[in-house]
Amino acid sequence: MEKVIMNSLSFPVLSTLIFLPVAGAALLLLLPRSQETLIKWSALGVSILNFCLSIPLFANFDKTTHLMQFGERQLWIPAFNVYYSLGIDGISILFVLLSTLVTILCVLISWNSIKAKVKEFYIAILLVEGAMIGVFCALDFFLFYIFWEAMLIPMYLLIGVWGGPNRIYAAVKFFLYTLVGSVLMLVGIIVLYLYAGGTFDILELATKSYPYSLQLMLFWAFFAAFAVKVPMFPVHTWLPDAHTEAPTAGSVILAAILIKMGAYGFLRFSLPILPEASRAMTPVMMALSVIAIIYGGVICLAQTDLKRLIAYSSVSHMGFVTLGIFALNAQGMEGGILQMINHGIVTGALFLSIGAIYDRTHTRQIADYGGVASVMPTYAAMFMVFTLASIGLPSTNGFVGEFLIILGGFASNQWAGVLAATGIIIGAGYMLWLYQRVFFTATNQKVAGLGDINGREFITLLPMLVLIFWIGIYPNAFLGFMHQSVSHLLDRVNTGGINGPSVAKNITEILR
Amino acid sequence: MTGGLMPLAMPDLRPVLPELLMTALALMILLADLIFKRKETIAFLSVVSVIIVAYVALMQTGWMGATFNGMFISDSYSMFFKIIFFLNVILTILISIRYIAVEKVNLGEYYSLILFSTLGMMIMASAGDLIVLYLGLELMALSTYILAGFLRHDMKSNEAAMKYFLLGAFASAFLLYGTSMVYGLTGTTGLKGISAYITAHGLAKNPVLILSMIFIGVAFSFKIAAAPFHMWAPDAYEGAPTSITAFMSVGPKAAGFAVLARVFLTAFGHVADWQQLLVPVSILTMAVGNIVAISQTNIKRMLAYSSIAHAGYALLGLIARSPDGLASLMNYMLIYGFMNMGAFAVIIMLRSEGFKGDNIADYEGLAKTHPVAAALMLVFMFSLTGIPPTAGFMGKFYLFMSAINSGYTGLVIVAVIFSAISAYFYLRIVMYMYMREPGGDVQLTTSPSISLALAITAVAVIAIGVLPGALFKLAGLAVVNSF
Repeated sequence: MEKVIMNSLSFPVLSTLIFLPVAGAALLLLLPRSQETLIKWSALGVSILNFCLSIPLFANFDKTTHLMQFGERQLWIPAFNVYYSLGIDGISILFVLLSTLVTILCVLISWNSIKAKVKEFYIAILLVEGAMIGVFCALDFFLFYIFWEAMLIPMYLLIGVWGGPNRIYAAVKFFLYTLVGSVLMLVGIIVLYLYAGGTFDILELATKSYPYSLQLMLFWAFFAAFAVKVPMFPVHTWLPDAHTEAPTAGSVILAAILIKMGAYGFLRFSLPILPEASRAMTPVMMALSVIAIIYGGVICLAQTDLKRLIAYSSVSHMGFVTLGIFALNAQGMEGGILQMINHGIVTGALFLSIGAIYDRTHTRQIADYGGVASVMPTYAAMFMVFTLASIGLPSTNGFVGEFLIILGGFASNQWAGVLAATGIIIGAGYMLWLYQRVFFTATNQKVAGLGDINGREFITLLPMLVLIFWIGIYPNAFLGFMHQSVSHLLDRVNTGGINGPSVAKNITEILR
Repeated sequence: MTGGLMPLAMPDLRPVLPELLMTALALMILLADLIFKRKETIAFLSVVSVIIVAYVALMQTGWMGATFNGMFISDSYSMFFKIIFFLNVILTILISIRYIAVEKVNLGEYYSLILFSTLGMMIMASAGDLIVLYLGLELMALSTYILAGFLRHDMKSNEAAMKYFLLGAFASAFLLYGTSMVYGLTGTTGLKGISAYITAHGLAKNPVLILSMIFIGVAFSFKIAAAPFHMWAPDAYEGAPTSITAFMSVGPKAAGFAVLARVFLTAFGHVADWQQLLVPVSILTMAVGNIVAISQTNIKRMLAYSSIAHAGYALLGLIARSPDGLASLMNYMLIYGFMNMGAFAVIIMLRSEGFKGDNIADYEGLAKTHPVAAALMLVFMFSLTGIPPTAGFMGKFYLFMSAINSGYTGLVIVAVIFSAISAYFYLRIVMYMYMREPGGDVQLTTSPSISLALAITAVAVIAIGVLPGALFKLAGLAVVNSF
């Protein structure tokens, strides 16, 4: 396959990243139930090992090509020409790295807060990790679908077993929403497969041309799956429930990785395989994005529950992401991808932080807090950084992503850019107001006498803190990965050769 | 044969050898009941018998062919179904051994009846003639009626048997009526002969033929429990001994599909558009099965509706009317056999003396009290829903693929929506097991044989889900070599 640079490391790195957690889960299965400490340390060990194994990707990635790298290919189901085919490019590499990192943090943050069915919990976390990485690495549509769906099982259990009071409702809602979307995509995949002459190869599918009406049909079939996952307005309603009721680790995985899969799906499938339909649907997608940005933000202002507020802010932030992607220019798309990473880091960090304080107070009501800054100063300082990054203050990562997106959005459609920018103002409003209510004002009885975060929690939050400034101050370290892949993708989507106005281009050059 | 005017040729018995052997062994099991007091021995002998028959069947590939003037056909198509029947009967026996002792109906006839029923299915799968088909169908059905009412002192079991018998007899009447009309029209009951006569005389649009097709189709729809001919299923499934419910939900259904496909593809192979008749049946079957299952509180009843729903999915393979479609249908029946048997094996474990254990509420907190059983049930439930990486997904995928390939995209969209709806009630079991606290003290009735059955089904469900290639190939070959 000339389109894929095969893996040249001494071990099949992507397969290892996918199946090491699965093997780790099998190992946990064999451990005796009573050995909870051993189970925790094993889970931590597996997740750290997996992270270490993902570092060669970062170090050995060739940024000068858009081709898939670290490829692996093996015939899997001959009857349907299905290949076990893996590879990553500039779009997917960062998600793989983020997944391996976030899993460690999820294990750490759950250390003391998960007390029931400990063994099953860590098995579920590791299985989710394997499936998530599989989603980002799969180069075969069938294989992708397997990972995409397989992840639902452990995620459903994570929310439903270890979640909050209303967890069962949230888990079932999450499962049914995503399943309905996914099965419609499955129909689309089969139609595409048959039309393309019997191949599931994503790269090959992206080189063929399809009649416009078929593209349009497939676009909406894929939309059903991806938009639910993102989640885009108006199919976002599962997210607040799932986010709120999930245990901390579940919320973090949802926020940091899982909802990125939807946007990743647009980038990997909808845009390159269905370029004409994507171009034609741009106004619809941008409109939905802008609605999500503003609507999500306004709803945040009315929330009384900490996690629910962050959940709605995710709807708003993911609106930025889809806006950037469907701006269909380099700035917007790179901003969109970077913003996905940013959102994963920042919202992940916010959920981790909320988890840390929830372990102490066991309440998520904003009204139960107040004056936390005076009892937990270190915690308050870190939360401040996360809040500002979420708003998008310059020198934090949120700024870079949102700036690029608004730039790209403006270039593509002025109104979209203007309206999206108001979303940032609303964002500042609800985040700062949240910070004020929780950390300042008079010390609430319920938080008086709480101890500051301990070493484990500090270590859990530290990587996020580092990444926020790293991306914020030197974004090219991460944008550099995606230039080639994004421009290749844009070439495919904009076959007409429409590029953003040169002014905006120059501004991004300066920014880099 | 020396000098006679009418040489009576001895038909070639080799293709029918497995059936002959099965008859002999089933009779021997009946006699063995008089000799051995321990019923476990009878069960063991029954399993050995099935394995012998299966071995002979698989080794006789060189002798395949039609015999008795084409009334009996041994081909790879029938072979594939026989594999399903063998697995079905072995798994049923494995889950029965402890169970019928708990139910206090530990009688030797139980095993010989199961074997006779399986023999009936084998004959059905190999039938090349409507009369042979009827013979097999009645042998299968009559044995199953008795088995359904095996709990003689249980009113529900009596009701199940009675209902199953009455409606089954009704279905048989339909079949005979249809057969008689076909015979009246074409002068033959041989499937190939019917097809040849229809083409030769241009009868494809003959209203009597259409009517007879409908009658025969209705009869088979009873057997596969397709709506609107499914009414017997929930009551029969709920009342019958659980092991027999498991047996009925897989074997007779697969046998029903085997004859349905063979009759329609062979005898009516040149009649256009009969698959259009099945489209509404399929939609209705999926709708009734999946929607009514949601409101069930008894797990056997829920699985009865689920089994109806799965018949609806499997019909897609027949509607596709292509070699691929047929292969996907066969493939699905095998996969369905594994996952459904596995689910019933777990259900049976919950039955202990003085505790029925067939209410969904009995599953509350099972993950806490019996984590292994709960985990296995979880696998089977996700497989029945059709979530990868389980076999259920692969089976559905193949069905959907072949249906779309034949141009039934709209029907597949309906199917996937119902499939998503089905997630609700399958997941409810998972939810009860994992997300609720144990309600009462549930004791599991375990035994080595049931553990073996669970191991076989669980491994099969996962293995087919991860590496389905070999099975797809096998099903494809079975079709190519037969039609």
